[in-house]
Amino acid sequence: MYNGGKIFIGIIVFLGIVTFPLYYNLGRADTPPKPSLNTPVINQMKVKHCVEPKAFMRADHMQLLMQWRDSALRDGERVYISSTGERYDISLQNTCLHCHANKAKFCDRCHIYMAVHPYCWSCHFAPEKENKL
Amino acid sequence: MKAFLPFLAVIFLVLLVIVGVKTASLYFLFGVVVPYAALLTFLAGVVYRTVKWGTTPVPFHIPTTCGQQKTLPWIKQSKIENPSGTGGVIVRMLLEVFMFRSLFRNLKTEMHEGPKITYGSDKWLWLAGLSFHWSFLFIVIRHLRFFTQGVPMPVQIVEGLDSFLQIGLPLVYITDVLFLAAVTYLFIRRVTIPQVKYISLAADYFPLFLLLAIGCSGVLMRYFLRVDIVSVKTFTMGLVSLRPKIVPGISTLFYIHLFLISTLFAYFPWSKLMHMGGVFLSPTRNLANNSRIKRHINPWNYPVKVHTYAEYEEDFREKMKMAGVPVEKE
Amino acid sequence: MAKEPKPEELLKTINYTPPKTGWMDTPVEIKPGMFCWGAKAKSLNTVGFPNARDWNPTEEDWKLPDNWQEILIEGIRERLSKYRSFRLFMDICVRCGACADKCHFYIGTGDPKNMPVLRAELMRSVYRKYFTTPGKVLGKLAGARELDLQVLKEWWYYFFQCTECRRCSVFCPYGIDTAEVTMVGRELLNLLGLNIEWTMGPVAACYMKGNHLGLEPHTIVNNIEFMLDDIETITGIKVTPTFNRKGAEILFVTPSGDLFADPGTYTCMGYLMLFHELGLDYTWSTYASEGGNFGFFTSNEMAKRLNSKIYAEAKRLGVKWILGGECGHMWRVLNQYMDTWNGPADFLEVPKSPITGTVFDNAKSTKMTHIIEFTADLIKNGKLNLDKRRNDHLKVTFHDSCNTARGMGLFEEPRYVIKNTCNHFYEMPDGTTREQTFCCGSGSGLNAGEDMELRLKGGLPRANAAKYVHEKYGVNMLANICAIDRAALTTSMNYWVPAVGVTGVHELVANALVMKGEKKRETNLRGDPLQMPEEEPEVAAGAAAPAEKTAGGKANV
Repeated sequence: MYNGGKIFIGIIVFLGIVTFPLYYNLGRADTPPKPSLNTPVINQMKVKHCVEPKAFMRADHMQLLMQWRDSALRDGERVYISSTGERYDISLQNTCLHCHANKAKFCDRCHIYMAVHPYCWSCHFAPEKENKL
Repeated sequence: MKAFLPFLAVIFLVLLVIVGVKTASLYFLFGVVVPYAALLTFLAGVVYRTVKWGTTPVPFHIPTTCGQQKTLPWIKQSKIENPSGTGGVIVRMLLEVFMFRSLFRNLKTEMHEGPKITYGSDKWLWLAGLSFHWSFLFIVIRHLRFFTQGVPMPVQIVEGLDSFLQIGLPLVYITDVLFLAAVTYLFIRRVTIPQVKYISLAADYFPLFLLLAIGCSGVLMRYFLRVDIVSVKTFTMGLVSLRPKIVPGISTLFYIHLFLISTLFAYFPWSKLMHMGGVFLSPTRNLANNSRIKRHINPWNYPVKVHTYAEYEEDFREKMKMAGVPVEKE
Repeated sequence: MAKEPKPEELLKTINYTPPKTGWMDTPVEIKPGMFCWGAKAKSLNTVGFPNARDWNPTEEDWKLPDNWQEILIEGIRERLSKYRSFRLFMDICVRCGACADKCHFYIGTGDPKNMPVLRAELMRSVYRKYFTTPGKVLGKLAGARELDLQVLKEWWYYFFQCTECRRCSVFCPYGIDTAEVTMVGRELLNLLGLNIEWTMGPVAACYMKGNHLGLEPHTIVNNIEFMLDDIETITGIKVTPTFNRKGAEILFVTPSGDLFADPGTYTCMGYLMLFHELGLDYTWSTYASEGGNFGFFTSNEMAKRLNSKIYAEAKRLGVKWILGGECGHMWRVLNQYMDTWNGPADFLEVPKSPITGTVFDNAKSTKMTHIIEFTADLIKNGKLNLDKRRNDHLKVTFHDSCNTARGMGLFEEPRYVIKNTCNHFYEMPDGTTREQTFCCGSGSGLNAGEDMELRLKGGLPRANAAKYVHEKYGVNMLANICAIDRAALTTSMNYWVPAVGVTGVHELVANALVMKGEKKRETNLRGDPLQMPEEEPEVAAGAAAPAEKTAGGKANV
């Protein structure tokens, strides 16, 4: 007795599972997200900069946001001094979203790409009008 | 010593990446060539090993029966532990593969004064084994978000379940904790239980260290020395769409993680890790206990020399007649 | 057994701390009391086995053929291509250690090479060296080693310290069955003439004379006539079985041990009385006079050669089906091998009890039914008059034999029969019964005299469980359905729990069986006076609800 048929099916299933990403993405656009910086406030900036350097923001913005939340809500501390010594208001609404008023084209692009579901918006109002930008 | 060399080997692998990527800038080698080669080795190796098993016959029907056989109609058969049909075998195999049924039986045998030998329940190995394997499966599924454009809903659901405790940011994955804890336990039991230590080979420690290193590098990247995961995904999508390209700005830690996983993939088919495929083929588990009902065919069954009745009667005819036993030839 | 150490002394030698040196660096020490004498040239020649010679395991020189390594490597290669079990079990062990403390020989000796995993590693290490790339390249680091004389001796020593009981395979997460490895190991050793005489002697005898004990036809008849005389003395009934009778409905095959020594002979008397009472149209065979199969402990081919007699004889005699007696490995062979080797038995009919009309569909292809299935069916259908009180002096527990447990799953039938023939039944603790039962310590052809220390140590876990129910409930009788058990457990009980006797289940049946026209029984089959109340028993025919008394909490039927 060999059970060749069953083993063959097993191998096919195995290969099918392991190579899933190879064929799943066929015909899907392979375009990395480009968060848009095209907002009135950013456009008016002479030197475009965020509260911290871009590289840091890309990898660690969630940490910064959580740190801000804790400072503001738990400690009542509403001033953030950045690594370059500048002072910012600790506020998602008034600082972050002041520049990045385009949630759909800024936040969401990467979050959707990475299938991340931040829970910012379970407390904060998501900016509604940004769609028009 | 048996544990030390594999430990050194894993350290060496890590250093190799650091030197190769950081110093020699061999990004294409470590980022593209090695992962592709590892995947091909994995696929070809697993298929090769499985085919090798599959082309070896199962000459005899040897299930280990762990419950009441099918017998008289008024005796209740244990249809899963001692299946007589395909349905029972399927359930038995599912329980074995997904719940580690046999390991769940584990007992700890202890000799006491008297003597009195006791058999206490011992589920730690089962629990750690199950935690490790299930965590690993969850982790692999979660990682599909780096390999799919438009992440499939099931992957997102697994990811959501895994992080539902909402601790920290990025959210802590339960399986990350379980994985590291289980692998650590499996390592500790290997070095602290004298019998297990005694039977352990270098080949038992190496995968443990490798998995620990993979887990640690992953955890570091997510929770501590964060990497820009959008760049990472841009890179990984390049790999799976067969248009590999090096994306700048990805830290060495990621290359370490990737290289260790590549090592695991390439190592897999040639090691004990093949128990993943082997468990399905184990003839003591995947056969129904129906060999009295249905004849099992051995493809290499061959005629053997036997001592026939005629030869026997030749030897004993007179004695048989004296004893009143009927004979063929008077 | 004069030099045998006392139980306390034997226990002191059990040490579970592994040696300081790794197992590959700990050479085998062939200890007296732990091995059986080597197979004699005469026995090997009888069945045409290669490299037959007289040799002594304790001597340095085993008189091996010059190319012995080559023979073994080729032997491994051949078996890797023939047995998926072997190839798989060489490949997939992860050394988790779940099997380690499950082996009766490990529990009883503490010798780490008696851990199932390490026993298999003795073979795996060689497999890796010669058949896997990592093993060839990395050597010892990959757990591989050369096949040298030390390794060969280690194989011989430890593959004959495994009773192929399969308890380890119950606990292994991949179902790795050390018995498969041991069987291949013994086959390989056979290629070099390195068997044990306690196995090869019976194999040779069985091949030529039809049974392991080498009983010639007239001796079989004589032995049974002795039993018939005893039966007549006890019951007043003259039982008249037939031998080699053509045209009988049923061929009865049982291990020859039942014909030879007590307590097996009492079980055999039980069969004779039961069949007589039923008026069964059956015959014994002097040619197929062995149910057991020591060939199975030698090589697959030898097992098939011996087993062939059963179907051949059934065909020659023209019976309709075959009934098998109480035996352990015999039933693993009949259940899992016989039909594959020597079938299809298309000249036979599906077994059907002539008494109850029950068709044994679970033996549809092999056409061979276990007597305990047959008797359980009789009792269920109320065909037997059983006076349980005759067994009232017994407090019975049941020992599941390894092979009927893990190679068949015969659990409820014997318990049902016991509970309908005895008023006092107690289970041994969980973890020691059913699929987790312990070997008697002497299975797979190891029940010799010279390896007594090994047998007693291996028998310790079973004996210890019996001791538990003896102390807790006063159990004084260990029932079983295996001829080797009846012999080996008697020795083991005498040593570890002298107050517990050993019996076959059909001895209990026959003692309780109220036969038509029998005289008032004064004694049981063993000649011990019956302690019965004076009044006539109310005849409880068949399936009276048995009292449930279990130690481990598992109630059954």
